[in-house]
Amino acid sequence: MSLLDIRNLKVRVEDREILRGINLQLNTGEVHSIMGPNGSGKSTLAQVLARRETYNVTGGEIYFNGKDLLAMKPEEAACEGLFLAFQYPVEIPGISNAYFLRSALNAVRKYRGLDEMDAMDFLPMLREKLKLLDMDDKLLNRSVNEAFSGGEKKRNEILQMAVLEPKLAILDETDSGLDIDALKIVAKGVNSMRSPDRAMLVVTHYQRLLDYIVPDKVHVLVNGRIARSGGPELALELEDKGYATYETAAGA
Amino acid sequence: MASASQAIARYAESFGGFENSAPSHDLAWLKKLRHEGFARFREAGFPTMRDEDWRFTNPSAITKTAFDPARNGHNLPSQEALAPFRMAGVASRLVFVDGRFAAALSSIGELPKGVTVASLASEIAKNPTVVEKHLGQYLSLERDCFSALNTAFLEDGAYVHVPKGVVLEDPVALLYVSTEHDSPAVSHPRNLIVVEENGQATVVEDYISLGASEALCNTVTELVAGDHAVVSHYMIEREHTSAYNVSTLRIQQGRAADVASHSILLGGALVRNNVHPVLAGEGGECLINGLFIGDGRQHLDNHMLVEHASPHCGSRQFYNGILDGRAHGVFHGRIIVHKDAQKTDAKQTNRNLLLSDTAQIDTKPQLEIYADDVKCTHGATIGQMEENALFYLRSRGIDETSARRLLLVAFASECTDRMKEGPVRAHVEKLIHHQALRLAESSLGRVA
Repeated sequence: MSLLDIRNLKVRVEDREILRGINLQLNTGEVHSIMGPNGSGKSTLAQVLARRETYNVTGGEIYFNGKDLLAMKPEEAACEGLFLAFQYPVEIPGISNAYFLRSALNAVRKYRGLDEMDAMDFLPMLREKLKLLDMDDKLLNRSVNEAFSGGEKKRNEILQMAVLEPKLAILDETDSGLDIDALKIVAKGVNSMRSPDRAMLVVTHYQRLLDYIVPDKVHVLVNGRIARSGGPELALELEDKGYATYETAAGA
Repeated sequence: MASASQAIARYAESFGGFENSAPSHDLAWLKKLRHEGFARFREAGFPTMRDEDWRFTNPSAITKTAFDPARNGHNLPSQEALAPFRMAGVASRLVFVDGRFAAALSSIGELPKGVTVASLASEIAKNPTVVEKHLGQYLSLERDCFSALNTAFLEDGAYVHVPKGVVLEDPVALLYVSTEHDSPAVSHPRNLIVVEENGQATVVEDYISLGASEALCNTVTELVAGDHAVVSHYMIEREHTSAYNVSTLRIQQGRAADVASHSILLGGALVRNNVHPVLAGEGGECLINGLFIGDGRQHLDNHMLVEHASPHCGSRQFYNGILDGRAHGVFHGRIIVHKDAQKTDAKQTNRNLLLSDTAQIDTKPQLEIYADDVKCTHGATIGQMEENALFYLRSRGIDETSARRLLLVAFASECTDRMKEGPVRAHVEKLIHHQALRLAESSLGRVA
């Protein structure tokens, strides 16, 4: 059984069909990348997986760890072990980052029948994870993502992932807007979490991130369909030739 | 419901009896004060929505109800009944039942030398000349008929006096209890807080109901902060949603006095919260901070009048509103900068969160500037709960009710963060958390 099994997924936003029959299987331990031009449906797929309710799923099925993902609320999907690193992390004034992280962790622990973690146990664990991402302690006391730089926001996403230890991590354009140093730090954080018990879906427009997070498989998403799948070498080919040939083939 | 003139006639009838039987009615100055209060009330009558100061608030639920004077504490609640409303960590705890001091339910506690915390009625009886110096000296009866009515029926309330240079560290907690009545009842608590030069104090007015009967609590507080005094005042309204509350806080600030007014409106059917500081001495600072949270058909009206009467003073108004259901909020922020008040720095911000399509907010800044070297800014925002933020929290495993509660508390924390850390802030935060959870649950129920 695949950890993530997407079958003929169709999604509309208002009157437009964004995803037009996606099929994808991802096994535990694997890292897959979804690449595609802007507007191909990459972010829609990521948001639907995280159970954003504003998208209208018109067909198909998604199984996560054998369970019907489309029947889950966002919080249930998260508690089941699905994590989305947002392309645009949201600023939440008035909630401290540390409080947010602990609330999230305890919500997930509670769902899994574990005791809540108190601040005494939580903070040392959090500090370890901060080190991994070269993040300043001060970011813990600030409001979630508020006045964070672009790089800090992306690192904060990976920090959340490190705290929540999901079964499946979906990284939605985590590389966008990062300079090469920040990209390396983020990639280091992500790679430290690669494990035989975890899968990752790396959504990106450019191949550069995949130099640092080397995927097992690459899927090319064009016009709401997976146009081609292959090994990591496919990413290099796309970097070289671009998406134009696929877009023509797809009739865009 | 009666007509406004019938209601006024009823007040006249009560006043006739009250004037000659009220505590200390034989004091000439007090008799005069009450008499003038009633004369002014008679003359002005009740406001209507045609009055500019009542443009967004229909007072007819109050003005057309034939209230009887509340029985004034003949039937005292038990200590147990009040236990859930008590605040921890206070110096003195005074309980007023239907406007009258209830000694059996109160504890004055140990106070620094020279500090007086007492009922106003007993202080008038004991030290009339001390009280006379301040009582009614700051309030503008011309401006407000409810203040005039309060003055007419002036009987009891809290008296706090902190002498020169004395610091009263722990807060003084005043609990105003409206009890169950068979017919609509009115009480007129009157408070006088005097903090002399370089003194410091924190006073909390906390309004609650026992039972759910229709009642009007028409309060006036005169707060005098002497030169260099530091005073924090809290007004917490958490009465039943069948209660009406008109509360007027008149602050008189001396030179370099630093006063903070915090208003937290959570309960009440119709609440009018008047805050009127006058920065009368040079270099004074005033923080006017507030939060109003309403749902159902609650109407919460915040009416600010900030007067800069001296140079180099600063005032900062921050009010946040959260409204759900068919609740209606009002923020009217008037700033008057008098001719000589050069170098005034006045700031005003009103931020609102509307949780339903039927909730309503009216926000109105009003600046009147007669000096030429001043800085005055104002701004207002109206928004909804951020769907992006909600999804973000939920995508991390936090359930929807908790996520909504967190976002409401976060919005409210802009207000509570301006309060000094300590027992009062903890008390307020607890009340807000409770209210935020209630709103989160009810709004979720609607979505589902």
